[in-house]
Amino acid sequence: MRTALALLARDVKLAWREGGAVGVALGFYLIVVVITPLGLGPDLNLLGRIAPGILWVGLLLAALLSAGRIFENDYEDGTLDVLATGPLPLSVVAGIKCLAHWLSTCIPLVLLAPVLGLLLNLPMGTFPSLGLAMLAGTPAVSFVAGIGASLTLGLRRSGLLLALLVIPLYVPILIFGVSAITPYVSGPNSIWPPFLILCALSLASVVLAPLAAAAALRSALR
Amino acid sequence: MLDLGTHASFIIAAYGVTFIAVGALVFATLADDRNQRRKLAELERLGIRRRSAKAPPSPTVKTLAKPKTAKAPTKRKSATPRAGKARS
Amino acid sequence: MISLANPSRFLSLVDRVVPWLSALVAILLGIGLYMSLFVAPPDYQQGETVKIMFVHVPAAWLGMFGYTLIAIAALGTLIWRHPLADVAAKTAAPIGATFTFIALVTGSLWGKPMWGTYWVWDARLTSMLILLLLYLGLIALWQAIDEPGRAGRAAAILGLVGAINIPIIKFSVDWWNTLHQPASVFRMGGSTIDPSLLTPLFVMAAGFTALFVLLHLIAMRAEILRRRVHALQQTQVERAALAEA
Repeated sequence: MRTALALLARDVKLAWREGGAVGVALGFYLIVVVITPLGLGPDLNLLGRIAPGILWVGLLLAALLSAGRIFENDYEDGTLDVLATGPLPLSVVAGIKCLAHWLSTCIPLVLLAPVLGLLLNLPMGTFPSLGLAMLAGTPAVSFVAGIGASLTLGLRRSGLLLALLVIPLYVPILIFGVSAITPYVSGPNSIWPPFLILCALSLASVVLAPLAAAAALRSALR
Repeated sequence: MLDLGTHASFIIAAYGVTFIAVGALVFATLADDRNQRRKLAELERLGIRRRSAKAPPSPTVKTLAKPKTAKAPTKRKSATPRAGKARS
Repeated sequence: MISLANPSRFLSLVDRVVPWLSALVAILLGIGLYMSLFVAPPDYQQGETVKIMFVHVPAAWLGMFGYTLIAIAALGTLIWRHPLADVAAKTAAPIGATFTFIALVTGSLWGKPMWGTYWVWDARLTSMLILLLLYLGLIALWQAIDEPGRAGRAAAILGLVGAINIPIIKFSVDWWNTLHQPASVFRMGGSTIDPSLLTPLFVMAAGFTALFVLLHLIAMRAEILRRRVHALQQTQVERAALAEA
């Protein structure tokens, strides 16, 4: 357990210290949210209606940008080989790295989202559901990104390939994530079904994704 | 005669796309198959064959082409294990 | 399956099956096309455009069939390490993707006279589009990894992950679609299909399925031969290097 926590702490620290990697992700999120109205027009009513969608799509893209990092650095300097033969099972290692990505990249993005929501005229009453939906959905985002990262380890153009592989898998998270912010069916409890489904998706990803990622890592390390 | 109704152009287009796409798929598959067989025959002509492949029936065999000389390609680890080179 | 694991045995089986299967495909598709174009009556709602269903629906079925095949082959690669499983998966992807593409285009051409627009984000078309993206991802992954062993395993993992996700994606897209669509939606093909339309549909479906299997077998043969060619070319290079040394 202590080994696992040590690995987690190391990865989070490395992510923060790595030349502004987290900052770049935040900056990318900002830029995507800024250019969308420039493409669509300044009509605040329209923007307010589509804000949840833009915020989620921007977050997914920003998270994908930094997903390549999950295993790449350790792969390149050989640390991954050491970790693979170490005391922790490879699936646990993979899970911890995805968790580190969630903590170091997704959480800052989620914290930025409400601020960007102001730019898009997102009704402030939906801010709590925005935060909750994103907190519930982003673990799935990080862990599924981990599957993609492990599959594309060390390949040319891995960033683009990673996005191509992972975005279809993100569709359920996106659909339910947006619905958990602004339900289209009105009613007092109507954000709860999508929210609970998001939680289910995240829990399933946290459990299953490390297994797939570990298999892919083992294949890449052979 | 075939009466396709008011939207005939869409029906024709749909069947046309199907025909073209299936045709392209069939062509590509067959072409690839023929290509590989041609290459294999070419290599066999040069006398490079798999260990389990039979010797050619003709007695006039080139000095290079000894039956059963083609070893299974040696499994050498390449110098850069992660260069992604295809290993045999 | 075990007896077919030997590539040479498999190849001789393919050689024997291909002529018969080709004849079967020709007969089925010939009869199917005749029935679709000349025998099938117009639908009372859609008129003659229902004829598009006879290519659209089988193509959609085969798109899904192809992915199911890939998922099963993935299990073969990862769990049973069947030697031909990754060959089966690699070759099924382009065929399945083509049929999915046909389903999308014919669906779009069916939609224009019916719904007035070439593309509609209805649940079925959207799910088909995502299926196509999953196929493209698999093909891209095969092409990106040079080493065939790693490529086979990676594609198997991705195939399984995709297969597990397909029901979830389908469910989410259905749900998303019902949220945004008005209540009464024109259902493709109608809720019940008249028998006079079902028979041509099944004949076409059978013909296309036979075609899928035929193309798949030929493609698997080509892939096995490609790997042999590659191995022999390496021997050739090694021999040349030795001769020079």
